[in-house]
Amino acid sequence: MPRIIVGPADFDPGTALATLEADAGAVASFIGIVRGIADNRPLTALTLEHYPGMTEQALATIANTAMIRWRLLDCLIIHRTGRLEPGARIVLAAAASAHRGDAIEAMTFLIDWLKTDAPFWKHEEFRDGTARWVAPRETDQSARDRWIEQ
Amino acid sequence: MKILYFAWLRERIGHAEDTIDPPDSVTTIGEMTEYLAGLSPAHQRAFANRDAIKTALDQVFAPPETPLGDARELAYFPPFTGG
Repeated sequence: MPRIIVGPADFDPGTALATLEADAGAVASFIGIVRGIADNRPLTALTLEHYPGMTEQALATIANTAMIRWRLLDCLIIHRTGRLEPGARIVLAAAASAHRGDAIEAMTFLIDWLKTDAPFWKHEEFRDGTARWVAPRETDQSARDRWIEQ
Repeated sequence: MKILYFAWLRERIGHAEDTIDPPDSVTTIGEMTEYLAGLSPAHQRAFANRDAIKTALDQVFAPPETPLGDARELAYFPPFTGG
């Protein structure tokens, strides 16, 4: 059963990934970190707003899609919410399989789809006092859509 | 019916939630959007660029022509930017 964790708490990657290792030959993972610079400007904080309820459902749908599409033993998505400072972990997506091919592809699918299909919104605060909502990127949409074309 | 706003929509409107008892003429998401845009100048500004706004009915993505039916919750938000 895929596991979904959404909330403000930080996570320990080693502990999180260890839960996927039983009986798996391969565990692939991605960890997203708050960058200190956005568009060449120093960032002081990134706030993640989300839609409680719909978020967990959307992530579960993405994880279940991966479980059907690839031969996986398990997968895990942890996504933090609230105000985070540069260097903080935002997200972990991981997939466990008997072999690396399925684990790596499924993990890539998880992170590509959670960027575009789960109700999160990023808000950036800059050191110069300005702030803005992050705009969706065309490259994120094409990264998502490549999984449909195959 | 509970109406939820997220991200810059929430900021422009000034609050996260409205409770609306719509007139009988409002039967779809699109009609509700028109109705909400008329509630206040802030709502009107928030809904000015409709193409940039997505909707979910009872937490499931739904286009403007979707009937409201017996749904309890309608959410308005910009495209997602998580991860």
